[in-house]
Amino acid sequence: MNLRILIDRFACRFSAFLSVCCVALLALIAVGLIYKSWPILLEHSLSELLFSTIWSPMKGKFGFLSFIISTFQITIFSLLIAFPICLLSATYLVELAPRSILKIVLPLIDILAGVPSVIYGIWGVLMIVPCIRDHIAPFFGYTTSGYCILTGSLVLAIMVVPVMMHLLIQVLQAVPHELRDSTLSLGATHWQMIKLVVWRKCLPGIMATTILGISKAIGETIAVLMVVGNVVQIPKNLFESGYPLPALIANNYGEMLSIPQYDAALMFAALILLAVILFFNMASAYILKRVTKSIT
Amino acid sequence: MMKHKYFKKLEEQFFFGLMQLATVTILFGLLFILFTILWKGIPNLSWEMISQKPQGGFYMGGGGGILNAICGSLLLGLGSTILGLLLSIPIVIWLNIYAGQYSRNAVMVRTALDMLWGIPSIVFGAFGFIIMLALGIKASLLAGIVTLTLLILPIMVRGMDEVIKTIPKELHESTLSLGATRWEMATRVILRKALPGIVTATLLGFGRAIGDAAAVMFTAGFTDNIPQKLTDPVASLPLSIFFQLGSPFEIVRGRAYAAALVLTIIILVISFLSRLITAKYQKHSR
Repeated sequence: MNLRILIDRFACRFSAFLSVCCVALLALIAVGLIYKSWPILLEHSLSELLFSTIWSPMKGKFGFLSFIISTFQITIFSLLIAFPICLLSATYLVELAPRSILKIVLPLIDILAGVPSVIYGIWGVLMIVPCIRDHIAPFFGYTTSGYCILTGSLVLAIMVVPVMMHLLIQVLQAVPHELRDSTLSLGATHWQMIKLVVWRKCLPGIMATTILGISKAIGETIAVLMVVGNVVQIPKNLFESGYPLPALIANNYGEMLSIPQYDAALMFAALILLAVILFFNMASAYILKRVTKSIT
Repeated sequence: MMKHKYFKKLEEQFFFGLMQLATVTILFGLLFILFTILWKGIPNLSWEMISQKPQGGFYMGGGGGILNAICGSLLLGLGSTILGLLLSIPIVIWLNIYAGQYSRNAVMVRTALDMLWGIPSIVFGAFGFIIMLALGIKASLLAGIVTLTLLILPIMVRGMDEVIKTIPKELHESTLSLGATRWEMATRVILRKALPGIVTATLLGFGRAIGDAAAVMFTAGFTDNIPQKLTDPVASLPLSIFFQLGSPFEIVRGRAYAAALVLTIIILVISFLSRLITAKYQKHSR
């Protein structure tokens, strides 16, 4: 047989093998984490692990509830801050602003999406922490060190902004121009067009973007770890410290082999993160798939 | 009737004002971050910082610099990018040429890659740690590179994939009709046509690998030396920043700001390079 065809056959097999490895990698990560967290799942029931607040690894008590609640508090508050701002700003850039402004802002957003999270963390420590400690918390009548849920949410919000803005601008730009023109020609104001036609048309895309923003926020480690205080408790208000799951894993990797079952507990924390994020990503993919089907 | 019209106008004015406020807030916030890093970093940056390894008592305010972290980060970034490139190019070729762009298998692999993209780096770090334990390797340059490769592989593949998808089908067909095998078509025509996109995706992966802290925390270790072989532990800029920022000494914290500035400059240079390449490519294709 011809050498050229042999090379082609080999390349086909080899590249197919690598591609299958990508799918296998996803399964392997899940299996690896389950395998490593198996010892702790054998000793404690799943409901005890997920819904107990008692965390004392030395005594063999592993309750993840305070970490889970911290994680969700920070994620939800950061999205509550970032989402309205992103939606309004993306709408302004696509619908109202001159093209030249979009051309300046878009590269800036992309550059900032690439800035490492440790940089955002430093900014949080330098700017947000003192601001919350000295101005915002006293204003509401609380005393805090500044390392609290609100600080974590603010830093996370500004980290999610470039990612969400980029996707939202794409979603809004996909609305056909005919739809805008016909709405305006019926006598609607510009704002009515945005509110009743553009946003409604984009609703699934906006939802998918938000879910992606949530899954990015849940997994963020270093920046949040630096500003959130890392105290094991269920935060009662925004000015108390929290301890989200990624921070738990990152902070304790050093001593995890010295305490029995501690490594299994940390791997279980990673498993929880993986499960939550895969769930959100699948939800987002499902919504987007339904949208593309309904359009074509 | 007149009142209703007035209200409509007022509502519109209000929300347009809000939109402008949101945009200004975002731009101000993002520029404020860069400004803070510059403002805090520049006074602490010196030639000693970027040209020397840490000396005795460095973390208590002793002499030396962060050359270990700069070299470590560059080694980790380069290693994982090269490994990622070697893996991602065959995958992209398979997705677009052998499997057929929209075949069921290709869609499945793309979905898996999108899922991998969403997995946070701390989970990759934990997974890398499991592999290390299973294979009996210590925290090292090799383990760090492998973990980072897994992290940036989805980014690189999907980035290249989006570019190759836009190459017209006629080019595929005319190449094949001249008697080329699919492999020859892929390497000599399609990859060459998509080269700027491939470079951009690679730079994106490099930037991500160099800036990531959570994945290398478990796997790469930390050291004051520049690694000599693959099995040595290696320092990285993000971890160096993170450790120094927690110090009670003012001078050590100052070094963290300077290290942050160095990292930011590296990221900005990568970003501008990829932008330059994209812009040049768009000029030629028109």
